[in-house]
Amino acid sequence: MSSADSALPVPVGRPRTRASRRDLWRFLAKRLVAGAFLCVGITLVSFVLTQLVPGDPAAANLGNRAVEDPAAVAAFRAQYGLDKPLPVQYAVYLGKLVRGDLGESQQSHRTVKADLAEYIPATFELALFAIVLSLLVGVTLGVVAAVFRDRWPDQVLRVVSLAGVSMPTFWIALLAFFVFFYKLGWLPGGGRLGPALTPPPRTTGMFTVDAALAGQWGVLGSALEHLVLPGLVLATYTVGMLLRFTRASMLEILGNDYVRAARAKGLPERVVVVRHVLRPALISIITVAGLAFGSLLSGTVLVETIYSWPGLGQYAYTSAKNLDLPAIMGVSVVVAAVYIAINLLVDLLYGVIDPRIRLS
Amino acid sequence: MEPLLRVEDLRVELPTRRGLRPAVDGLSFDVAEGEIVGIAGESGSGKTMTAMTLLGLLPHGARTSGSARFDGRELLTLGRRQLRDLRGRQIAMVSQDPSTALHPILPVGTQVTEHMRHHLGLSKSAARAEAVELLATVRIPDPERALGAYPGQFSGGMRQRIAIAVALAARPRLLLADEPTTALDVTVQAGILRLLDRLRRERGLAVLVITHDLGVMSAVADRVAVMYAGRLAESGPRAQVLATPRHPYTRGLLDALPHPEAADDPARVALRPIPGSPPSLGDVPAGCPFHPRCAFAVPACATDRPEPVPVAAGHLLACPPDPLPRDGAAPVPEGAPA
Ligand SMILES: Nc1ncnc2c1ncn2[C@@H]1O[C@H](COP(=O)(O)OP(=O)(O)OP(=O)(O)O)[C@@H](O)[C@H]1O
Ligand code: SF4
Ligand SMILES: [Mg+2]
Repeated sequence: MSSADSALPVPVGRPRTRASRRDLWRFLAKRLVAGAFLCVGITLVSFVLTQLVPGDPAAANLGNRAVEDPAAVAAFRAQYGLDKPLPVQYAVYLGKLVRGDLGESQQSHRTVKADLAEYIPATFELALFAIVLSLLVGVTLGVVAAVFRDRWPDQVLRVVSLAGVSMPTFWIALLAFFVFFYKLGWLPGGGRLGPALTPPPRTTGMFTVDAALAGQWGVLGSALEHLVLPGLVLATYTVGMLLRFTRASMLEILGNDYVRAARAKGLPERVVVVRHVLRPALISIITVAGLAFGSLLSGTVLVETIYSWPGLGQYAYTSAKNLDLPAIMGVSVVVAAVYIAINLLVDLLYGVIDPRIRLS
Repeated sequence: MEPLLRVEDLRVELPTRRGLRPAVDGLSFDVAEGEIVGIAGESGSGKTMTAMTLLGLLPHGARTSGSARFDGRELLTLGRRQLRDLRGRQIAMVSQDPSTALHPILPVGTQVTEHMRHHLGLSKSAARAEAVELLATVRIPDPERALGAYPGQFSGGMRQRIAIAVALAARPRLLLADEPTTALDVTVQAGILRLLDRLRRERGLAVLVITHDLGVMSAVADRVAVMYAGRLAESGPRAQVLATPRHPYTRGLLDALPHPEAADDPARVALRPIPGSPPSLGDVPAGCPFHPRCAFAVPACATDRPEPVPVAAGHLLACPPDPLPRDGAAPVPEGAPA
C-alpha cells in the first residue's frame, strides 16, 4: 500500500534468540555477584547490631554457678573468640564464612550449619505451604471481587481482606489455637508429627514430601494435619494483602481499551478475564507476592514459637534471646539469601509474563 | 429486501449523576452489504455509543429503545449468549486508537487467531495459516514473523492494520471502524481508507466508518450521516451531502476543514471553526439542539424539535428553515463575521 508504511521498522522477530539467552545469563551472573556482596553486607550489619545489644553472651549461656567463676567465663570467651577485638572477631567470622563454616552455636553446641540444615526444611515447608495457599486463595478471590465489583461478593470479600490484613498475627495464632485445638480438638496444636510417629527417612527434610516419597501415607497425613493450623495462620495476612492488590490491579486493567476490544471479539468472559485481564495484572501481583513472602518469613518467628514448630523462626527467637551470636549471624545470612533469591525470581517472572521487559 | 443493518429511531440513554440522559436520540440509518457508510459529528455527539449499542457493549445501566436490525435480527433485545456469538463473528470493531486497542503483552498471533478459533472452530495450524494470509492482505511485511511479535514492535499505522486484521479474522459481515485513522498521519490515513475500500469490494464487507473528520469520509464513504448531540442532522449520498450540504451544521463542519485544493480561494482556505462547543450529555438545548451555535437560526428553532424529513432521493434533513443555497456556494448569513 502506501510506501510510507513499508519504510517503517519491521518487527525484531521472536524473542528467545541466542542473543537474548546470553543476555539472560549475564543478567543472572550480575545479580548473583551483587547478591553475594549484599549477604556479606548483611553479616556486617547483624554483627554490629548484636554488639550494640546490651547483654553478655557468657552470662546468657552459662549457668548461674559458672558465671560467678572467672575461669569458666574466660574459657567460654576464649572458646568463641569473644576475647579478641571486634574487628578481628568479624574478620575471623568472614574468613570462616567464605569456607562455608558458620561457627558453632553457643546454645546447641552443634555447628550452626547442622542446626540450619535441620530447621530450614521445616520452615521452608511451612512457608511454601502458606505462600502457595495465599496465592491460590488471595488471587482467586481478588479476581472474583474485581469481576463482581460493588456487588455482594465484592462487599463480602472487602470485609474478608480487611480482616486478614488488620488482625495481628499473634492474635489470630492464639485464637486459632484456642478454637481448633483446645475447644474443638480438630487439629493438633503444635509440632510437626504425632507423638507416636517417627519422621520419614530424610531426603528433603520436609516431612510431607519425604513421607510421600517413602510411601508412608500415615506419616504424610499426620504431617499435613500439623501443617494446616500454623500454615493457615501464617497465610491470613498475605491472603488479605494479595486479595486487595489483585482486585485493584484487575480493576485498573479492566478499564483499558484492549479489554473492551477483547469483549468485542466475542470471546467467552472467562477467556477475557484470565488471558486479557489477569495476565497483565500478574505483573504487579508478583511484586506484591514477593513482598508477601517476606512478611510471611518474619511471621514464622511468632507462629513457630506458638505452634512449637521446630524451624528457623523458632531458632532465630531462641538464639536472639540467648545472644547466641554465631546462630544469629547464620540466620541473618540465610534470610538475606532468601530475600535475594525471591527478588531475583520476581524479576525473572516479569520477563516471563511481559514480553516488553524480555525484549528490552 | 432489507439492508444488512437497519437502525431506526435509536435512542440510547446513559446513566449520569443526574439520572439517565440520552446520548443518542432518534437516530436512523442503513448499511447495505458492500457499502461504506460514514457517521460524522463533533466529539461527544454519540458516535461511539452508537457503535457500542450495536455490539451490546454499552456501559452498565444504559437503556436503549427503537430498533437496530442486523440481518433481520433485532440486536437491542438479544441475550448475552447470542450477543457473544455475534460479536467478532458477524459484527467486528476496530477502535479509535490502535496503540491501546491491541493487547500489549499478547503476541499478535494470539490476538489474530483466538476468536477465529473460538468462532470458526479452526485448528491451531489452520488458524495460523489464515492469520498469515490475513496479515498479508493488510500488507504487514513478513507476516510469519509478525505472528510471534508484540504490538509494541510495530509503528502506529502497522498497528492499525493489525487491528483491522484482528477485526476481520472471524470473517465478519459488518465492520465498525471507530475513528480508524485519528491517531495516524495523513499518508498512513489514506492507506487505511484504501484498505477498507478494497475489503468492501473484495469481500462484500459492510463498513460503518465513525469519524469527527468529514474529510476522511470524502474518500471512501458511499453515504454519510451527520450527527449532532445524539441526533441526526443530515444524511444522504456522500457526493450530495458533501458538495451541497443542506444542514448548517454540516456546512460548518466542511468549512472547518482545510482545503488545500482551493488554495487560490482565500475565502475557503481560511479555517472557519464553528463558534461555541457542542452541549454535554444532559444539557442538550430544546428545539433544534444546534440553535445556540447556528447562524441561520429563526425563533422557531429554539422551541420546535426538527425531525429528519426527506428533501431529495435518500437525503434526510432535520432543519425546517432549510436556509442553504442548492448550488453549493458558501452562503454568507446576515450578521456573520466576514
Ligand atoms: N461510560 C459512560 N457513561 C456515561 N456517559 C458516557 C460514557 N461514555 C461516554 N459518555 C457520554 O456520552 C456522550 C456520547 O459519547 P460518545 O463517546 O458516543 O461520543 P463520540 O461522538 O464518540 O465522541 P468522540 O469523537 O469524542 O469519540 C458524551 O457526552 C460522553 O460524555
Ligand atoms: S433548525 Fe434552525 S437552528 Fe437548527 S440548524 Fe436549522 S436553522 Fe439552524
Ligand atoms: Mg468516540
